[in-house]
Amino acid sequence: MKAQDLKIKEYCRISNNRVLLNAQLLFEDLGGDFTTFIKMAYKKMDTNYPKFFKMDDLSKLGFLASDILLKPITQDSEKPKNIALVFSNSASSLKTDRKHQESIVDKENYFPSPAVFVYTLPNICLGEISIKHRLYSENSFFIFNHFNAGYLHDYASSLIKTEKADEVLCGWINCDVEDYEAFLYLVSTEGSIAHNKEEIIKLYTTK
Amino acid sequence: MNKTYLSYNNIVSSIGFDSPTVVKNIHEGLSGITLIEDENLFPNPFYASVIDSDYLEKAFEKLHPNGDYTRLEKMMILSLDKIIKASGVELTDRVGLILSTTKGNIDTLDPRSPMPTERAYLGTLGHIVKNYFGFTTEPIVLSNACVSGILAISIAKRFICQGTFDQVFIVGGDIVSNFILSGFNSFQAMSSQPCKPYCKQRSGINIGEVAASVLVNKDQNNLVPEAVEVLGEASCNDANHISGPSRTGEGLYRSILSAFKEANVGPQDIDYISAHGTATNFNDEMESIALNRLGLGTVPLNSLKGYFGHTLGASGLLETIVGMHSLYHNTLYTSKGFTELGVSQPLNIITAPTVKNLNYFLKTASGFGGCNTAAVFKKVQS
Amino acid sequence: MSDLKQELKEKIITQLNLEDIAIDEIADNDSLFGDGLGLDSIDALELIVMLDKDYGIKLTDPKEGKKIFESIEVMANYIAQHRTK
Repeated sequence: MKAQDLKIKEYCRISNNRVLLNAQLLFEDLGGDFTTFIKMAYKKMDTNYPKFFKMDDLSKLGFLASDILLKPITQDSEKPKNIALVFSNSASSLKTDRKHQESIVDKENYFPSPAVFVYTLPNICLGEISIKHRLYSENSFFIFNHFNAGYLHDYASSLIKTEKADEVLCGWINCDVEDYEAFLYLVSTEGSIAHNKEEIIKLYTTK
Repeated sequence: MNKTYLSYNNIVSSIGFDSPTVVKNIHEGLSGITLIEDENLFPNPFYASVIDSDYLEKAFEKLHPNGDYTRLEKMMILSLDKIIKASGVELTDRVGLILSTTKGNIDTLDPRSPMPTERAYLGTLGHIVKNYFGFTTEPIVLSNACVSGILAISIAKRFICQGTFDQVFIVGGDIVSNFILSGFNSFQAMSSQPCKPYCKQRSGINIGEVAASVLVNKDQNNLVPEAVEVLGEASCNDANHISGPSRTGEGLYRSILSAFKEANVGPQDIDYISAHGTATNFNDEMESIALNRLGLGTVPLNSLKGYFGHTLGASGLLETIVGMHSLYHNTLYTSKGFTELGVSQPLNIITAPTVKNLNYFLKTASGFGGCNTAAVFKKVQS
Repeated sequence: MSDLKQELKEKIITQLNLEDIAIDEIADNDSLFGDGLGLDSIDALELIVMLDKDYGIKLTDPKEGKKIFESIEVMANYIAQHRTK
């Protein structure tokens, strides 16, 4: 498999209270806060996965964006798919880290929560997606100050070229103090968009 | 495909500030785990492996740094400084930098920290290390729970094979913080004694801190005597639970199988296993199941957690470096804390330093999020 | 006692984020783990924190929790006997 033959099969964006699959708007709710918005999006997408409500914001965001791309591929499949997950962001799990830190500041009221602490690792989101879609594949979570199309491109290409994965779900999911953004794309041998740095940047910056 | 090698390496830890000293102390059975009474870290006394702060300050001052650095930054810079200088590698756009950490400067979130909370961003940590040494490429920070340290080696290898870099410096580090201690305690995972991996009396983990670093090279010219070739590696998720390991060891089993396939080796080729061995009930039991599914129950095995505690994002890298020295010295080191087998499947735990001809070793790790990694390394000079 | 049971049901739903379950759907003798409410090991740890925080009961052995968290009935009895706040 030559790296230049790889394609971007589909992409999904969740930001500014809108959910888009490729260029198509699936859902929007411009008024609400993140908590309300993501819950409504979950219902609209017919996700039906009660554990969703136990997740932290980063996992909810990554899980929902992934589910839109992966559900058609994995739900009717008897055999587990070898789709690697390569995610990145700038804030790691800091939104939940701050919550855990708050629970241990006051010595008189020192009750750290295991259900919060478990989400103080960004790759937990990858675990949630792997469980739902039965992916026994590779997971990596990178942190960059800014979206880094070059590294994501090289890494996804290498995974497919060396047969570590058949397809790679790649991208950026970030949750910080007042901001969130998910942009995921599926790298495959099929599809109509070329898999190169320029196309990835173009898709990422078209909002 | 290019071959990749692990070459120059360094360990900054509670039992030494360079790899040879650390390995010598392991040979002599010295552990860095002590009872610590520090209410700023944890309300009750706890066992952990912590670097002496004065010693760290003194060593760091010798570098004549400009500006303020956090504890972890000092550890990472000290660790990398030695191998960058010793290797003589020029930091061009062909040289990458990977940081492997779970929590980075998480202590700066504590209101008592003198450093700004912005320092807790892992990208900031990456740039501080980058700028200190003058790397010219964008740092890659990997935060993938407790497999980060070995996964970082896989990632370096792949970027080299893909042609992104010719050489990659990896530094892995995490610190003992009130954040981590309180969290693992809420999971009832902390041991009230020095940890005892695979032992019947094991009762959980100790947390530790180190900064370990290694140069990953595609070039066979710039190798140290203890250098190893990265023969094969893989990472597989359990797809089972976000905190508990799979009861059948599915992800670890698949990781090892896939690493063996790439390395073109079988169980009979492996001379030594450097396992994860956190000393929790579930982890150690899971490993015994996965290893026995692969016919690896008789291969000499240790966990190094009894010397360093669980050093989180650094542990896989740290333990790989000790494995390199183990091969070089043709010596198996004791799995500290072990007395009596306490897992359901047989394992060949190393109970005394043993001289043996060693050529291949397997390194494994597993972590939260259901992640597992395995890598097979081969001695270069045999 | 029935007040305590009601209180526990409310707490379990909100603290364990059981979004789709209503209070009257949990019977006093339903098992909370496994086939019942489907709680898992993290939920069990979370309930241990809840016992400590809200009722002043400290459990150090997670295995002990397994018995106490069998059902709302068993939990309420245990809390009534051991609570310090």
